[in-house]
Parts: sequence; C-alpha cells; structure tokens
Amino acid sequence: MSSAEHHHEQSIWEKYIFSVDHKVIGMQYMFTGIAMALIGGFFVYVFRMQLAFPGMSVPGFGTVNPMEYNSLVTNHGSIMIFWVAMPVLIAAFGNFLIPLMIGCDDMVFPRLNRLSYQIFLVSAIILIISFFVQGGGFGGAWTSYPPLSAKSEYNLTPWGASLWLLAVALEFVAFLIGGINFITTLMNSRAPGMKMYDIPIVCWMIVIASILFMASVGPLIAGAVMLGFDQVYSIGFFDPGKGGDPVLWQHLFWFFGHPEVYVVLLPAMGIVAEVITTFARKKLFAYKTVLFTAAATGVLSFFVWAHHQFVSGIDPRMANVFTVTTLMISVPIAEMLFVYIATLYGGSIRFTTAMLFALAFLAEFLIGGVTGIYLGASGSDIFFHDTYFVLAHFHYTFVPIAIIATFAGLYYWFPKMSGRLMNETLGKIHFWMTIIPFNFIFIPLFILGASGQHRRIYNYQNFPDLAVPELQNLRVVATVALIFMILGQIPFFYNFIVSWKKGEKADANPWKAATLEWAAPSPPPHGNFAELPNCYRGPYEYSVPGRDLDYWPQNVK
Amino acid sequence: MEALLLRASSYAADVDGVIHLITLLAGFWFIVAEVVLFYFIFKFRKKNNEKAQYITGEKKEEMKWIHWPHNLIIVCDIVLVFFAIKAWYHIKQELPDPDFTVKITGQQWAWRMQHPGPDKQLDTADDIELVDELRVVVGKTYHYKLESLDVMHSFSVPVFRLKQDAIPGRTITGWFKPTRTGAFDIQCAEMCGIGHGIMGARIIIETEEEHQKWMESLSGNSVAQAL
Amino acid sequence: MGLVQPIATRRSATGIPTGKLAVWWLIGSEIVIFGGVLVSYIILRHYHADWTEEAAATNVWLGGLNTFVLLTSSLFAVLAHYYMEKRNDAKKASMYLWLTVVGALTFLVVKSFEWTHEIQHGYVMTKSLFWGFYYTAAGIHGLHVIAGAVIMGIIAIQIRQGKHYNRVELIGLYWHFVDIVWIFLFPLLYIAK
Repeated sequence: MSSAEHHHEQSIWEKYIFSVDHKVIGMQYMFTGIAMALIGGFFVYVFRMQLAFPGMSVPGFGTVNPMEYNSLVTNHGSIMIFWVAMPVLIAAFGNFLIPLMIGCDDMVFPRLNRLSYQIFLVSAIILIISFFVQGGGFGGAWTSYPPLSAKSEYNLTPWGASLWLLAVALEFVAFLIGGINFITTLMNSRAPGMKMYDIPIVCWMIVIASILFMASVGPLIAGAVMLGFDQVYSIGFFDPGKGGDPVLWQHLFWFFGHPEVYVVLLPAMGIVAEVITTFARKKLFAYKTVLFTAAATGVLSFFVWAHHQFVSGIDPRMANVFTVTTLMISVPIAEMLFVYIATLYGGSIRFTTAMLFALAFLAEFLIGGVTGIYLGASGSDIFFHDTYFVLAHFHYTFVPIAIIATFAGLYYWFPKMSGRLMNETLGKIHFWMTIIPFNFIFIPLFILGASGQHRRIYNYQNFPDLAVPELQNLRVVATVALIFMILGQIPFFYNFIVSWKKGEKADANPWKAATLEWAAPSPPPHGNFAELPNCYRGPYEYSVPGRDLDYWPQNVK
Repeated sequence: MEALLLRASSYAADVDGVIHLITLLAGFWFIVAEVVLFYFIFKFRKKNNEKAQYITGEKKEEMKWIHWPHNLIIVCDIVLVFFAIKAWYHIKQELPDPDFTVKITGQQWAWRMQHPGPDKQLDTADDIELVDELRVVVGKTYHYKLESLDVMHSFSVPVFRLKQDAIPGRTITGWFKPTRTGAFDIQCAEMCGIGHGIMGARIIIETEEEHQKWMESLSGNSVAQAL
Repeated sequence: MGLVQPIATRRSATGIPTGKLAVWWLIGSEIVIFGGVLVSYIILRHYHADWTEEAAATNVWLGGLNTFVLLTSSLFAVLAHYYMEKRNDAKKASMYLWLTVVGALTFLVVKSFEWTHEIQHGYVMTKSLFWGFYYTAAGIHGLHVIAGAVIMGIIAIQIRQGKHYNRVELIGLYWHFVDIVWIFLFPLLYIAK
C-alpha cells in the first residue's frame, strides 16, 4: 500500500473530532490538557490570593470559604497531575512522537487510541461537572484518604467525592488503553533496521512510563472500586468501625502514587534528552546508562511508596526499610542528571527557546531532587511531613516536569506540529517570565515549610505561631510571583496562536536534528512519510568526525 | 533551623541535626552539579563554526566521570540513612518510661486533651479534660495516647518536631519531653474536612509550680471537668 | 467509515504478532487489578479470624461446579485454537468457541442462582466486610466473564465469515486468564474456612 491510498476525502468531523490519526489524537490530548491547565491555574490563583490576603474578595471569584478552599486545592492537585501532566507528557507527546520517531505511519491500534482519548475526555467532563453539583467539588485532598473521602457525613460533598473518584478511575482506564498502544507500537512497529539502542530516548521513556503506570495503577483501580462501594453502599472496606482499615487505602494509593512521579518524570527527561542533544550538537553521553538508570528508577519506585506514610501509623520499623530504598532511588536519578550535564561537555550550544527550557529543567529539577532527600530520610520527615516544605519540593519536581519540559518539547516540535516556526524573541520573553517568577513562588514556600507551616489551611490567622507578619510577607511574595508567572504565559499563547497561523514557514528539519520525525514533511500528512524510512544508526549522531554536516540523520544511508 | 523555629523538645535537636547533615551533603552535590552545569553552558556555547566534539560516553575513561560521583553519592546516602534512622529510632521506636501520660483525641474539628489530675494517673476520676489546650510540665517525659473519633487527623507540634497521624479505631502511643516553657501551636496536619483550617490547639509548657497552681485553680470544679 | 489499516499494524519487529503482545499486556495490567483486590482481602482477612464463620455460608458445591464449568470451557477454547491453527477448520473452531460461550453462560447462571439464594438469606454485600469482598471480587470477575463471552461470540461469527482467524488464539489467552483468576478466587472466598 502506498501512502497515496491514505488520501481519501475526510469531512472536518472525521478529520478532527473522531480522527484515528495519531497526530490528531495527540493534539486533542494536548489541547484538552492545556485547557485543564488553565482551570488548574485559575484555581491556584484563587487560593493563593486567599492565602496572601485572607478574606479578600478575589477578583473573578469572590470570597473563598473553607469549603471552597479545600475543593480548590484538591482539584488543583488532581487536575495538574491527572489531567495536565499525564495527558500532555505521555499521551500528547507519546501519540504525536512515537510513530514519527520510530518511522511508521500510525499507532498499531488507531481506534483503541481514539477510544482512549474519548474516555479521557469524558473523565475531564465528569471532573468539571463535579465542581457544580450539590455540595460542591470534592475537598478531601488529591490523596483522598478515607474515612474522610468515604463518608459524606465527614466530607459533606456526597456528589463531589463520588464524581471525583469516578473521573479519576476513568482517567486511569484511558491511560491503560493508551499505554498498551504505546508499548506494542514501540515493540513491533519500528522502522526496518531500528534496533533497541537506536530508539530515541523520549520514546523509551514514554514506554517505560507506560509500563510503570500499568504495573502500579491496578491496585488503585481496585481501591477505587472499593472506595466507591464504601461511598455508595457503606460497605466499610476502609472503615475501622466495620473491620476495615483506612491505612490500607494509603498503601494502595501510594503504591501507585510514587511510581506515578516517575511516570511523568521519565517522559520529561526524554524530551530534555532530545532537545539538549540537538542544540548542543552532541551525541547523548552514555545512551545505555540513561536507559538502564531509567529502568532501575522504575523498578526501585515500586519499593519506596511508604515514605509518604512515615508518620501515618504504619509500623515504625517499616520506615527504616523505606528510608533505605528511598535514598537509594536518588542514585539513578542523580546519575541520569549527571549524564545529561556531561552531554553538554564539548558541545556547541545554541540557545534557542527550547534549549533554554531544557537547560532550565536540569537546573531547577536538581533543586527538587535534592530537597526530596529531606523527606525520604525518616528522621527529618517527622518534621517536614505535610508542611509547605513538601509542597515546595514536589512543585520543584512537577513544575520542571509538567511546565518547563513541556514547553521545551512544545517549542522544539512546534515546527513539526504546525509547519511553522515560533517567534524566538517572544519565546525568550516567555522563558524568563516563567523561570524567574517560578523561583520566587517556591523558595519562600520552602522557608514557610521549614518554619512549620502546614498544608491545606485556608487562613493561617487561626494559628498564632504562623500568623506573624514575617511569614505573611513571604506568602504575599509567593502570590505576587505567581501572578507574574501567570501573566508570563500570555506571550506564549499569543506566540503559539499567531505562529500557528502566520509564523515563518518551517522546512522538514528546521533544527537539523537526526531523529526520524524530521524526515517527514512539516506538518506530516496522514500517513506521515512520503516513503516510510529505514533506520541505519542511533538517534544522536551529531558532529561525527569526518563528515561535513554536523548531523547524520537516522534514515540516511 | 533554630533561626526559623524554636526547639522545645528533647529530640528537636536530633531532627534538626539530620536536616543540617542533609543540607551539608546534598547541598555540596547540588552546588557541584549547578556549578558544573552553568560552567558547561557558558564554556561550550556556540562559537563561530567550531564543531562539537564526538563523545559517546561509553568508553571507560569517559564513564569514570559518572561512576565516581555515583559511588560517592552512595557513600553519602549510607551516611544519611544511618543518621536518619538513628533519629527516627530515638523518636518513634524507643519509648522511655513516662512521668505522665496524656490522652489526645482528634475529632472534626477539635483536639480533646485528657490530662492526668492531681493523682498523676490517667483514666481516673480526677482527670482534666480540655479542648484545644494541652498543658504539660517542662522537663518531664510524657507518653501520649493518640486516637481519632472520625477521620484521619495528624497531631503535629512544630516546636517539638513531632508529628503523628491519628487513625480512627487505633490508639497510637508515642512520647515527648518538653524542654522550654511557653505557649506554642498544635496543628492538625492531615486534611480532615471543612474545619481542617481551624483545627489548631495550643500547647502550654509550664514549670511544675505553675502546673500545680493551675490544677489547684481547677480543683473546685474538677469534678465537672472530669470524664 | 473507511479506515485504512496503517502499515504500523502489519509490522512485527519482535516477531510476536501485535495482537498477541497487546493481549499479554492487557492481562498484565489486569493481574495487578485483581492483585490489588486479593491482597487487600488477604491482609484484612489476616486480622479477622471471625470471617471463617461468614465464609462457612458460601456454597462450596456450587462454587466447585462453576470451577469445573470454567475449566471445561477453557478446554473448549484450546480446542477452538487447535482446530483453527492446526486444522485450519473455521467451522469446528467456531463451534468450540460457541461451546466456550455456553460454558460462560452456565457459569453466570449458576452464579446468579447462588447469589439470589444468598441475598435472600441476608448475606448481602453490606452484611460484613467478607461479603463486601465476596461480591466485589466475584462481581469484577463476573464482568470479565460477560465481556469475554460477548467478544468470543463476535469472533465466532467473524471466523465463519473468513476473517480474523488470529483472534481465536487471542480470546483463548484472555479466557485462560479469566479462568485462572477464578482459580484464585474460589479457594480464597469459598474453601478457606
């Protein structure tokens, strides 16, 4: 079959709404994810305003009552993890990139792929509906610990809690289906000649992440069914009054919850690998080490979950085991970062916007990684648990992952997606307006956390030790920085929309990159390649001695 | 840490010691990594038409740049594990003999503190129960029995560097020994519903005489206070 | 709508057919779901010696009969695969698939008798945690039986139309998995007393 056969007439409906094309589905995931990010961003704006100026009427929202505050923080967390980080990093980039980068025309199960997106969309809609039902959205934190989440007389959100749970469960199903697709596509549909170590790191990372997700989410799906039955039929799986055990949920949740961190981290690491190799014109330092450390991280991540539960009433002896495993996991992650830094050695670095974001990822993620050690060490976690220190720590991981690395990827693959270039000046303005406020938000929060400020409190006036003006000033600094960061996204959206329509035309390979997606036209038509490519070498053959060009595409003999 | 938050328990310094040690070791690696990163970014920026070097990173002499930090980090981790577990063991696993025992019950959204009365025994007729206020004597070792009536709560005293979740259906026993007088915050550090934001309490650490006086002042109506 | 089969679906870099790979990954993800339920059950049961009395009310004979029914249906699934692969006999294969479907339906009928009986005697889901697990675990398994039976029926029709022969093996794999889950559920819920 030649690719010409693909060009049958398609209605708009068929082409953009019910498409089975992996690129369109990737875009659908991306735009849904961005829309959800706007909702999550609005939530954080509202509750940060409340924290900085307690009791004020927040412009665009009004006064925030405790019920709304809880619901805002809960759903901010849920949205940013489940409806932004996962769809954008795994589903959007995975769908768009995997078939292109391994040189084939689509995913192996195109209709399953469409189904995955549709279930995901339904889950997002259910979540949004849950904000408006009687009693309001669920406010029991994104970890949803029972008995609070299990009984409406405790959480007072009878509908919100159940809809939240349903939305999360459906989202899991969507990603299970999508994950099977990613894994089988990468395993089976690679271009002729593409061996294991010729696969671009980002594809590996998305697939390893999908495997991690698949292996970790099962118990939580089971847990979600049990929690749902507790909510609706009061069976009491997690109710001590009926012989259940509320801590069991915590185990089920964190057995998923910790690998989940790596589920989103690994794709981000993959994106950064692609960007830094291209713009440093360097081969990735120790490809296999990156791959093995990713796999090691994945395996280890299944044995660290209880570090979220040191003080939650588990047997204190267990904490010792989990301290050891948790600190062990710092080794492969640190090693991966070292490899990336080593990749820059001897390079010829071009500071495009994508590269700036990728480098910022390395610099900022280091802070997130290092501060994690305070929380993995049981002795210090007794104090830091559930303080703003934890919050600042994981935002220093998740913001680099879900915001900074995503922007690196967006700026990098934008020409492939749209066929046009983004404006670099606006891009650089956007970069600095994102990175500088970001640090001004979370460094104060580290200090607040170390001063004993605990999480999920709508008004610190009720805690005399925390109501002092010095700490209040830090809260104001963080909120003002947040507003700057939100404003800083305006140049991006302007740039994105205008460039998509009117940007400078991009040729097939504007960055002179070596991976296969750049062998396809920009944007790739249905079917991707004029002629499906063969693969002759690894993905990062830059600046090979003795060649005129400083890149050697994978598909060129 | 002391600059940010006072220490008021015998083991607060142990927790802070772990924190300082991590700051020292992890901080060292952090600074090394950031300095190297920014040095590389500066040094290897694009200049004229100089071509980048071709380094696979798979030769032995190249890999050592990764292996040595790797091994050194393992050593650092072992040191950290040792001290973290040492502090943890002291705070959460050891249980020194108590001078007094108090019973702390979390419920939506208040802390009920049951103090031993003048007979110094818990669960007797002269027990004193207070809501959102815990009165303890400086320098005495206390056991707490932590319970919850409804959802998860977490008994957190930042100046003690102490935190323990309260689980419905279980009684969790721990200890603390106050080392300085004053009044400090007690928090609920686990999301427990709408009133989570107001579920604060105060711990009042006083000398033995003050404590005695306080109990005498109550003695008139201690029957009413008792359970 | 005219979906053109992508070339991707016809590649096999591993040498294993894509459909088979996907079924194995699907089974992998299902194992952890059932694993979650069963591990929760085992942990809680460990703390509740009194569940033996509850478990005594389950009907081991009907449970045993259902085990037998499922094992037999798995045999039919194997035979269907044998006739498809080795003999290339779609007619026979289709017949054996239908027999497997009959096995699935028998299982469901026995199950519904059993549950009706139990519910009438007050052993409802909310009676105690044991019954909560009993209905939840068996219920999720029952949904898999229903899904498997429906898909099997579709495939039995498709192979008579001369297409998708490879799917006989795939549904067989899935069916064995559903069977094995029951092999775990049966002793845990019925026999352990």
